[in-house]
Amino acid sequence: MPDAQSETRRKFLQKAASTIFAGLALSGAELKAAPTGEESSEAGPRPPFEIAAQAEEDILIHMQRDLEKAMQKPVQERKWGMVIDTRKCVGCSSCTVGCVMENKLPPGVVYRPVIDMEVGEYPNVTRKFLPRPCMQCENPPCVPVCPVKATWKREDGIVIIDYDICIGCRYCITACPYQARTFDFGERWSDPAAKGPDGALALGSGREFEGEPNFEYGKTWDRKDSLFNIFPNSPIGNARKCHFCAHRLDVGMLPMCVTTCIGRATFFGDLNDPQSLVSELSVRNNATRLKQELGTEPKVYYLV
Amino acid sequence: MMKKLFAALWIIAFAIGVYGVAERTMVGLRATGLTSYVVWGAWIAADIYFIGLSAGAFLISSMVYVLQIKAVERIGKLALFTALITLFMALMCAWSDIGHMARFYEVYVHPQFRSMLTWVLWLYSAYIIILISELWLALRPDLVRWSRFPDIRGHVVRVLLLGHTDVEPTTLERDHKRLRILASAGVPLAIAFHGGMGALFATLIARSYWFGPIYPIFFLTGALVSGTALLSAVTAFWWKGQHGDGEETVVFLGRTLLGLLMFDVLLEWAELSIPAWYGVGPEIGLLKVILFGQFWWMFWICHILLGVLIPLFLLIVYPRNRRRIGLAGALIALSFLSVRLNIVIPGLVTPELSGIQHAYLSSRLTFFYFPTAAEWALVLFVVSIGTALFFVGYHYLPLFEPASTPARGQGAHMQREAI
Repeated sequence: MPDAQSETRRKFLQKAASTIFAGLALSGAELKAAPTGEESSEAGPRPPFEIAAQAEEDILIHMQRDLEKAMQKPVQERKWGMVIDTRKCVGCSSCTVGCVMENKLPPGVVYRPVIDMEVGEYPNVTRKFLPRPCMQCENPPCVPVCPVKATWKREDGIVIIDYDICIGCRYCITACPYQARTFDFGERWSDPAAKGPDGALALGSGREFEGEPNFEYGKTWDRKDSLFNIFPNSPIGNARKCHFCAHRLDVGMLPMCVTTCIGRATFFGDLNDPQSLVSELSVRNNATRLKQELGTEPKVYYLV
Repeated sequence: MMKKLFAALWIIAFAIGVYGVAERTMVGLRATGLTSYVVWGAWIAADIYFIGLSAGAFLISSMVYVLQIKAVERIGKLALFTALITLFMALMCAWSDIGHMARFYEVYVHPQFRSMLTWVLWLYSAYIIILISELWLALRPDLVRWSRFPDIRGHVVRVLLLGHTDVEPTTLERDHKRLRILASAGVPLAIAFHGGMGALFATLIARSYWFGPIYPIFFLTGALVSGTALLSAVTAFWWKGQHGDGEETVVFLGRTLLGLLMFDVLLEWAELSIPAWYGVGPEIGLLKVILFGQFWWMFWICHILLGVLIPLFLLIVYPRNRRRIGLAGALIALSFLSVRLNIVIPGLVTPELSGIQHAYLSSRLTFFYFPTAAEWALVLFVVSIGTALFFVGYHYLPLFEPASTPARGQGAHMQREAI
């Protein structure tokens, strides 16, 4: 049952989404009022506008349209997936930073690092970048190992964690072949920052940042310190992972890493919709997945 | 003199241990050197080390109560008590390691039986019940005798007896039958939970170092080796001077230990040599880390030299020498922690995705791990508590059968002099 704060957050996100769409309209996208009528009880919230396709439109608009279309379907008919074009990725890590800001990630916890690979030998050297979100596997090895059923695959395919049940045994972390799960040790950005040359400034901003709650899974997590750390406040003491920004998706917004990608190298949408952008990209000849031989069936594709 | 030295060492170990407990309580898992990639360390290694000792000691006790092997019948209760104490030590380590210690009950209210960890924990629980029941049945005749003491010991024992004070021969015979049934049930249970502990690692497809069918067998053999080694050391050094010779038991344990150690070495050779033979494959890097990495001494000095070569020499050259068998047992039992550390940590110290170690920098996102002072201190705390419990049990419980008393004729205890 979502609490009052998360309800407020949801309303805020819906308004923010409306504002973004309004902004897009000013830049030329055609907006139509959404048809009224009863919504399916299983379908997500009806978005405020439908966006018509435009020639040479930004792919974010296309993906937003795909998202809205998917949200009209019952949840079990959606299958969220991601496609990352490694040829377009410039390794700026803005997806990582966006994710850290959105989910208020502490030191030691990262959902979407960008692996920076140097390939070849001088003078024939190049760099390649591989952003690594959670693969949201169709057969996730991290799920059946959990001794307390604290992690599972949602009907739309996103693998999530219930912070209120997770005991912090970290078995799931060892089970992930992509090392997509990390552990919240209770570290603070302000702890090491205070020791650096810009200590005072970093300490202030660090404290301000980590005092903000995050809204993962539609709840408010303030991550406050507890007197005895044998009873930490979740998500401290829990395994954590990328969830495709499920709390944003549930209110009709794209994952943060998708929106912050400066090269438009990350695509997101419904793999069950053959006309969605991600469906079209994921079946290309140059689309591949990591460690396919393990049979985990990742829902993150890479264009190489 | 030795007692004073032992007492002083114990006090120091306990004091250091209290620091470890305080750190764990106040700072949480930040007190550890663990990272988001090397998520298990000294405490999990200590957990599987102690649980191995427990399973091994329990399986030795089953030689007494199930197979009725005469040579070891006099240490049946000692083996059970050792299994219980080391199990308690293992649980302390495992409990300290989880992020939310207060939520351990979730394993019982929300169990997921596809998880090997759930199986291990549930089997642990059943094992504890069997172990305590067996020990209670084995000690009951002595407890009945003690219940007549007017001091605090008598009061405590009367509570422990739960009103079962009958020591008629028929009752004792019934107890013995129950003990045998429990011991028989305990054997597959001990095999299942320690094999399951191996399977906990072996079923992880993500970890090429652990993944494979040999680990459950490897864990069981390791349990038998370390448990037998501990009992050999305790029997060789502690029994003498208190209850007569026990020579035959020590020699039998020494021979058993030699056979088990050789089989364990064979398995280890297979485990290391097969993936390394042609010098290619995913495990080569890991093997290099173990054999020639920063902690090479853990494998070569702690394990191979102290835990294999010297004990093999002692057990082969001096098969009837009590002190040397005891020394071999002590060396194996102590150095086996290095075997457990070399199972847990190398499986986690190499990236599963090349380059991920440089992708996002944080002190908790590295592949380097070495236990912090707090981690060692907490292990020391567990050891000091376990040693204290063992010391109390050794002094206040009749864990060794007198030479004239067969294990099954427990009624004979009634004729012994009151302690």
